[in-house]
Amino acid sequence: MIPELGHFALILALAMALVLAIMPMIGSLSNTPSWVALARPLAWGQFTFLLIAFACLVNAFLVNDFSVTYVAQHGNTRLPNIYKISAVWGAHEGSLLLWAFILSGWTLAVALFARQLPDVMIGRVLAVMGMISIGFLSFMLFTSNPFARTFPVPLEGGDLNPLLQDFGLAIHPPMLYMGYVGLSVAFSFAIAALVGGKLDISWARWSRPWTTVAWVFLTIGITLGSWWAYYELGWGGWWFWDPVENASFMPWLAATALIHSLAVTEKRGAFKRWTVLLSLLAFSLSLLGTFLVRSGVLTSVHSFAADPARGLFILIFLCIVIGGSLVLYAWRAPNVTSGGEFSALSRESLLLGNNLLLIMITAFILLGTLAPLIYDAFGWGKISVGFPWFNTMFVIFTPFLVLLMGLGPLTRWKQQDAADLVRQFRIALLASLGAGLLAALPLLHEGSVYAGLAVMLSVWLTTTLLLSLRKRLRHRQGFGAFLKDIRARGGGSYYGMLLAHFGVAVFTIGVTFVTLFDVEKDVRMAPGETLELAGYTFRFDGVEKIQGPNYRADRGTLHVSRHGQDVAVLKPEKRTYLVQTRPMTEAGIDAGFFRDIYVSLGEALDAGSWSLRLYYKPLVRWIWLGGILIAIGGLLAAFDRRYRLAVRRDVAATAAPPGDALATEGPA
Amino acid sequence: MTPKRRNRVILIVLVLAGVGVAVGFALKAFNENLMFFYQPSQVIAGEAPAGRLIRVGGLVTNGSVERQPDGLTVQFAITDNVDTITVQYTGILPDLFREGQGIIARGRLGDDRLFIAEEVLAKHDENYMPPEVADALKASQEAGAGTGNAQ
Repeated sequence: MIPELGHFALILALAMALVLAIMPMIGSLSNTPSWVALARPLAWGQFTFLLIAFACLVNAFLVNDFSVTYVAQHGNTRLPNIYKISAVWGAHEGSLLLWAFILSGWTLAVALFARQLPDVMIGRVLAVMGMISIGFLSFMLFTSNPFARTFPVPLEGGDLNPLLQDFGLAIHPPMLYMGYVGLSVAFSFAIAALVGGKLDISWARWSRPWTTVAWVFLTIGITLGSWWAYYELGWGGWWFWDPVENASFMPWLAATALIHSLAVTEKRGAFKRWTVLLSLLAFSLSLLGTFLVRSGVLTSVHSFAADPARGLFILIFLCIVIGGSLVLYAWRAPNVTSGGEFSALSRESLLLGNNLLLIMITAFILLGTLAPLIYDAFGWGKISVGFPWFNTMFVIFTPFLVLLMGLGPLTRWKQQDAADLVRQFRIALLASLGAGLLAALPLLHEGSVYAGLAVMLSVWLTTTLLLSLRKRLRHRQGFGAFLKDIRARGGGSYYGMLLAHFGVAVFTIGVTFVTLFDVEKDVRMAPGETLELAGYTFRFDGVEKIQGPNYRADRGTLHVSRHGQDVAVLKPEKRTYLVQTRPMTEAGIDAGFFRDIYVSLGEALDAGSWSLRLYYKPLVRWIWLGGILIAIGGLLAAFDRRYRLAVRRDVAATAAPPGDALATEGPA
Repeated sequence: MTPKRRNRVILIVLVLAGVGVAVGFALKAFNENLMFFYQPSQVIAGEAPAGRLIRVGGLVTNGSVERQPDGLTVQFAITDNVDTITVQYTGILPDLFREGQGIIARGRLGDDRLFIAEEVLAKHDENYMPPEVADALKASQEAGAGTGNAQ
């Protein structure tokens, strides 16, 4: 009964989405306020019914209702409760439901928190989100119904993929989806603005915090995924340029470009058309990501099902969304006046460079991700693109990006005197060159040139950020003034920027050092045997059998010591889950700020000896630390008081004769 | 040309030049990093280049897995049900590697058509067949049926 309720709630949600997509939009065009006013209640309704549907599916997992096909495939009575809940989004149908649910959540959030926006604008934004919702809900109902029943009812479920029975992976998909779907808000704002033909500064200001929040979720999602892959897949890698990783990274890059270009549009009124195009691109790339993951066209850890009907549906949906929005863009964008003149050296031009670089990286990753599909489609052979290529692309472009990141905050809007800029960053240049040489010189072995480059870039970035901070605090004295500045209007944006950029410096160091200086060894060890690796002594104490809640495991014990002092006891496991009977490697990790020691079990050889994988990974934590800093920076920026105040001011300005230069700068 | 306009033209030319150089390098590197996939019968027919990084895939032949005395070097045969080639790999095999399972190996073809693998992939699902391997098996089955009719 309850699953039928869920199914029915889905249908009602689709009905709501249909009305939401049509009525407010028509109302806004035909000047019928009563139709426009429907948008908010419909957003509520859609959210409520999807919440009911989602709760029904969660309930089906919790009570082990194996008459539901999806639960029978992915649930299990012995699954711990937390993984019963995360099993909801552990496979195709449920993850779509999560997608749609999160979309309705974002829709409701816009309806609730964007109260100060003009009703017509809100109506249009919500209508566009309703259209996207139609696509996903009908996809679910027509091809992938999570509530479909099965008969005869199995006694036990097929269990959740053991790789996904992990806390990191329980929250990775929701975070990532929050990001993917959150970009639909920026998309909808852009479409609504195009429909209205009014692309002014207030549009950028409305869109900015939403985009930043979505981008923060995307950042957290990607960071979590990378961390999970590191400790769960058992071979110590943190990024594989897997098509699905790329599918999440491309929207992230496009969204990064977007939040920077939105800044220019808001502050200077420039780049308007480009910003709109980026808004469309970022969300299109998230849809493309969904297509790649869900259609099974690419071989990946993440692809669930290879059902051609599903792939075709998403492909058609993708074409409608991308094609439709581009047509609208081509029709409307030429009317947008360009504003905000700037000279060749200005913050605008540097941000333009940043956007170009980010989009180029995106384009190359897209090429590498789609090339296997294209080659296959044209019968040119089956290929894959080696990850060295992706690495090369990234290593070539990122240094320029970091150089610009250092210059940007020191540079003035509109026009910057070159000599003055050089005078400002002189110290940073000297410091970074010095540090880089210091890091590269003493060793001059393989890789130290790159290490020097990475140190140079990070020191460059850090010192320029400090210089910019000093410049900002020039007229403020004491720590109290600093704290006050953080909470001031524009403070969140500024300090968020500092923190996020500093995160990039930390990330760069982490990536470079772990890539260049990690030590990895596959060995065979007998109980009692010791081995040296990177200055650490590993003693293998054999393997015992243990019993988990829904798995059996071999658990090895390794004593790690350094110069005779105990460092850690690591217990890597080789698990066999009872239902899916597939072996799983659980690595033993001793985590540290400066290094990780990482051990995973291979397989049992003769006479109690095992093959083992030992790693020494310097600064690997800095990669995720960088990600966390970037995300916190984004949050600070998104919740800048300025946006709330500014929106209120805009409303006041539309009501009364405009008095604020910024609010009226945009062309009508 | 006004100075402002000249500045703008210079900026655009610089940007275009930069993008052009970058794209050139990227495509060159792209070509060098393309890894083609070959099935065992293609390797036997001599279609696969020696010494270049390629991928091969097929089913691990039953009873073919041999471990060398160091415990880490493994040799096994993979087949597309037409021909069989030998793959050698030093290191820890993935969890899901077993006989009869479809796998993909990345590496280089050495002398005597021995394939030296740098990485062996067995996918994260025991019922899962890498699409390349599935296609290869289907192709060889059809080819087999074809020659059967001809004879």
